Amino acid sequence: MIAIKDLKVDLGSFMLQNINLDIRPGEYFITLGPTGAGKTVLLEAIAGLYPILEGTISVNGKDISRLSPEKRGIGIVYQDQVLFPHLSVKENIAFGLKSMKCPKREIKPKVDTMVEVLGIAHLLQRNTTTLSGGEKQKVALARALVTEPAVLLLDEPLSAMDPETREEMQRELAEMHRHLNVTIIHVTHDFEEAVALGHRVAVLNDGQIVQVGTPEDVLRQPNSEFVAHFALSRNIFPGEASNANNNGYALVDTDGIKLMTVTDLRGKVHLSLRPEDILISREPLRSTARNSFEGTITDIVDRGAVMFVTVNVPPDFVCLVTRQAFEELDLRKGVKAWVTFKASAIHVF
Amino acid sequence: MSIVFIVLSFLLLFFIFAPIIKTSVSSSPSTLWNTLLEQDVYSSILLTIWAALIATAIGLVLGVPLAYLLARRQFWGKRFLEGLIDVPIVIPHSAAGIALLFVFGKQFFLGKLFGHVGITFVDAVAGVVIAMMFVSVPFLIDSARDGFKAVDVRLEKVARSLGASPWRTFFRVSLPLAWRSIFSGAVMMWARGLSEFGAVLILAYYVPFLNSHPVVAPILVADRFASFGLDYARPVAVLVILISLIAFITLRTIAFRGEQA
Repeated sequence: MIAIKDLKVDLGSFMLQNINLDIRPGEYFITLGPTGAGKTVLLEAIAGLYPILEGTISVNGKDISRLSPEKRGIGIVYQDQVLFPHLSVKENIAFGLKSMKCPKREIKPKVDTMVEVLGIAHLLQRNTTTLSGGEKQKVALARALVTEPAVLLLDEPLSAMDPETREEMQRELAEMHRHLNVTIIHVTHDFEEAVALGHRVAVLNDGQIVQVGTPEDVLRQPNSEFVAHFALSRNIFPGEASNANNNGYALVDTDGIKLMTVTDLRGKVHLSLRPEDILISREPLRSTARNSFEGTITDIVDRGAVMFVTVNVPPDFVCLVTRQAFEELDLRKGVKAWVTFKASAIHVF
Repeated sequence: MSIVFIVLSFLLLFFIFAPIIKTSVSSSPSTLWNTLLEQDVYSSILLTIWAALIATAIGLVLGVPLAYLLARRQFWGKRFLEGLIDVPIVIPHSAAGIALLFVFGKQFFLGKLFGHVGITFVDAVAGVVIAMMFVSVPFLIDSARDGFKAVDVRLEKVARSLGASPWRTFFRVSLPLAWRSIFSGAVMMWARGLSEFGAVLILAYYVPFLNSHPVVAPILVADRFASFGLDYARPVAVLVILISLIAFITLRTIAFRGEQA
């Protein structure tokens, strides 16, 4: 559907090069990289807004790399939305249709359908400066989507939001993608976003794509420091959430164990748990923490003052312990240990 | 510290406003009215306003594209060019007039060129226009450039990705968003053109206009003062000040209307 071959872009201080990607129709594709990796420029190059040195970009078999941006049919939504401040919400959304010389009588129904899908019909007459971050994001999405782009590019769409809005927007993005089945390339530096939304992930580092695969594969076998660092800083598991006895709790089934969590989500979810939130003990602990499992220590990473200890229950839990505690408990590979953590320490998304 | 600053500020404000206010109220309305009815005076004022308006219009057509390029493009020698554009502000305006004469005089390059299509500059309205334009267009260019710079370039990028051509992007996004700066720059240019003395004096003194041969208003004030003294010059000075003030305030009000929205 969209194929990028040997793309090379000059970023001034370094080069974005050897970029090869094949993105499938309707795929939610994530490009993951640390800040300054050239993610935004990659998107702008695809959209024709940044000059490329070499390589080709084709959409549905047609080479578009020499086309001017207005002829590419590729939508872009920036991190801080950049709505046209001199136009109302309605005029913002209709801007693309008017530019593309869409017949007048077709503009209104198209705009109406799109705002219906995104649930922003009540905002149509508003001035863009009075919108909240989440509302602006939806208007920017509607503005791009109403032109029915072949590909939608999202530049860190969730980064500038507070945690609550971000989770809501994340669900909205997934919902929107399911509903419209549009092909999306979403760049981010947040692995949780990649896990929650992405069918596949490309990891970008030092101007090159170093790994492509499903989020789980990339997480399990990271070949970049960025992902490896992330893999040590979060335990992430897929799971299935179902009702627990008490309200507000959910039991999440993952790898055959049931974890108690605090969430309203049900069905297929992901769990994230920080290594520093897990206690390790040699004996079962009697405590207020709702989750406690026995496993075997399979790996130890020495980071000086702290150690990362992997306990296989399964799944594998990466736990952070201080060197002192590590030595006092006499933790070694192969010994049995208990992992204990509170239901509220688990982030469900 | 604040008190010292406030006192110093008041001294300066007094220095600026005292002469303007004292002069403005020094002539009775009837004297002003009678002065305005003199043909010398009204044709001079009309000439001045008209020529400054033409200069500003030409400045807009040629200066806005230049300002846009300066705001958006990086090229070798850009800094130097930006400095060069401001030169007319810093050189003595009589010298500017001489410089213009050297290019637009009948026996010189541009003068000859325009002569072929029947436009002469020396002692003609066209001369007044280019003299005003030369010394005042930097105000417009600088203000418009800053206005374009303040427009997020990604707004233009989004517009392009939504199918807008470069022209449409300019007229529907960049220009409306920079409009306030361009307009206030144009007001500044026009006001500066109105008050031009030195360059106009050299290039186009008495010019044929509306069946008479007026001079521009600033020259008229100086002429009357030199030939007949203060009492004769003052009503003209008051008229010029009042007309400039009213125009300036009106235009600024228009430009900044809805600023809070």
